[in-house]
Amino acid sequence: MLTYTLRRLAFAVPALLAISFIIFAILDLAPSDPTAQLPLTIPPEVREKIRLSLGLGEPFAVRYWKWLIQFFVNEPLNLIEQWTGWSFGDGDRLRVLSWQTRSPVVDLIAQRMPQTLWVVGMSYVLGALIAIPIGVISAYRQYSWFDQFGTLFSMVGFSIPTFFTGLLFIVIFSVNLEWFPSIYDTTHEVTDWESFVFQIKQMIMPTMVLGLYNASQISRFMRASMLDNLGQDYVRTARAKGMTEKVVVLVHVMRNSLIPVVTVLALNLPQVFGGAIITEQIFKVNGLGQLLIGAIEGGDIPTVQTLTFIFAVLIVLFNLIADLLYGILDPRIRYD
Amino acid sequence: MPLADGAPATAQQTNGVDDAPVLEVEGLETVFDTRDGAVHAVNGVSFHLRPGELLGVVGESGSGKSVTMMSALQLLPSPPARRTGGMVRFRGQDVDAMTPKAMRRLRGGEIGFVFQDPMTSLNPVFTVGFQIMEPLRKHLRLSKPEARKRAAELLAMVGIPSPEARLNDYPHQFSGGMRQRVMIAIALACEPGVVIADEPTTALDVTIQAQIIELVKDLRQRLGAAIVWITHDLGVIAGIADRVAVMYAGRIVEEGPVLEIFEDPRHPYTRALLETMPHLEGDRPQRLRTIPGQPPVLMETPVACSFAPRCPHAFDKCLAADPRLEPCGAAGHRVACWWTPPEAETEVPA
Repeated sequence: MLTYTLRRLAFAVPALLAISFIIFAILDLAPSDPTAQLPLTIPPEVREKIRLSLGLGEPFAVRYWKWLIQFFVNEPLNLIEQWTGWSFGDGDRLRVLSWQTRSPVVDLIAQRMPQTLWVVGMSYVLGALIAIPIGVISAYRQYSWFDQFGTLFSMVGFSIPTFFTGLLFIVIFSVNLEWFPSIYDTTHEVTDWESFVFQIKQMIMPTMVLGLYNASQISRFMRASMLDNLGQDYVRTARAKGMTEKVVVLVHVMRNSLIPVVTVLALNLPQVFGGAIITEQIFKVNGLGQLLIGAIEGGDIPTVQTLTFIFAVLIVLFNLIADLLYGILDPRIRYD
Repeated sequence: MPLADGAPATAQQTNGVDDAPVLEVEGLETVFDTRDGAVHAVNGVSFHLRPGELLGVVGESGSGKSVTMMSALQLLPSPPARRTGGMVRFRGQDVDAMTPKAMRRLRGGEIGFVFQDPMTSLNPVFTVGFQIMEPLRKHLRLSKPEARKRAAELLAMVGIPSPEARLNDYPHQFSGGMRQRVMIAIALACEPGVVIADEPTTALDVTIQAQIIELVKDLRQRLGAAIVWITHDLGVIAGIADRVAVMYAGRIVEEGPVLEIFEDPRHPYTRALLETMPHLEGDRPQRLRTIPGQPPVLMETPVACSFAPRCPHAFDKCLAADPRLEPCGAAGHRVACWWTPPEAETEVPA
């Protein structure tokens, strides 16, 4: 398995280089102008100078090469310096800078990451925790009222887009019931019990909206996987051995059913980091999703490039993790 | 003990006596609720199994062989399966009245099962050791090391080399025959009084079949468990069974000692089955014989003989009334048929 992992990682390098090139090229082809949002009173010569100062005057290859160096060499070195306190060279390296804020993109991401991880990550965990028991019970009691209700619920949850459920939740719980705030306050700090309660309260709605969506997806997966396995011969064997239903379902069937579900969970994990763009927008959670939208709107190409590329890295990485998990969970699969 | 009619009553009186049946089934009826209506899969099957005996149950696919056994021990998924009648006793105890706990104790603890397809009957994600240890730990309350030791002994008993090491292997690391040996080890784990083998050799190739049959013969002598061997292979039955029950359309149409069934078959279906067997002797290979027609779709409880439409000897009575199992020929031989074979007419009054 170790050689397999190393081989996969080695293969990931050219794949990611190709992806980085495609991202860079596509964004370069896009007719976006970083000075478009500047006041109209600025004369064209000045605009041209601003563009040149952003490095846009250089040929494509040079810009791509510089970005590669900045992203793959300078930024990692910087991170290592920050984490370990060591220093490499003079520490005066050119970093990937945001055109909008003039601050390093990586710092921006580091700033936005916690909000996204809290809200989106929590909704993912919550979704899985709700979905797996629902899937198990729905499959075990197929066509019971519970199953019918669960099916309806997940169809609704899956087919209604989050921008609609988000607004619906705001109308019901913020406007009418006034239970939760409609805007996520990112400056809020948890210092004592009360501020903790407030943090929970403001997390509930975005988490629920995303969690509902995730749960409806995962529960269908879990149900289908359980149904596949409940009809298997080994289930009859387990019953014939006199195992309790609990053991039959929760040990024998579930262990098998979780294999594809865990794989799907791992494959979908990068979307947590990607942030649920729409949900973050609705609840004003200034996470990664919002950063990306803002960067796209402002023509902030370095930020868009970096974020998109980080998502690509995560997708490649979690694909590998999903494959490895599959190999760990299913003894029939060997990667040697 | 007489093995014919009234077996349950006598069994209760002679409870505790060695020869009392371990497993008795009386008038078992099971239907499957399908979208097109209820399918009557088992229609009043009665049989019994004495200690140490090997009862062969034969019949073509869909005749209700497996369903009868699975239904008797409540292993059929319900719905769609539904028991509509009958009584099942294990060592004189009413199985249907048992608590779920006692039922689990019975399955795995006192009755072992070997299923048809060893490729799918073992859980692919658990080690063989875990799967053998499960019933040991549950029913015999063995500690983990004890169970492990016993599991290794069991593997050795069913002829798996280096059993200790193989406990850690997963089912896919075993060949088909080896997996069936593992299944047998699981079935025998708690030294059950009864083993139900549901077509245990059907999915195996012929040489492996022979090995498994030899193994069962050998283990039977050593452990003394009674075995119900479900198969559609008469050749297998001839080699190992003490008694044979022939099933057709969800009922037993003929039963008796194995020699009787092979030498003096009374039911036209049994005769037809025997004729379909290929013969190794004789001048030149003939075409294989088949039984014309299809087994009936059991949408309703039969009122006439179910085999009548395919039977070469059917006459008026066969279509008017449903024959019951009646004694005929030698002791223990019973048949459910209105027709009397010509060579038997002198022995038994019709």
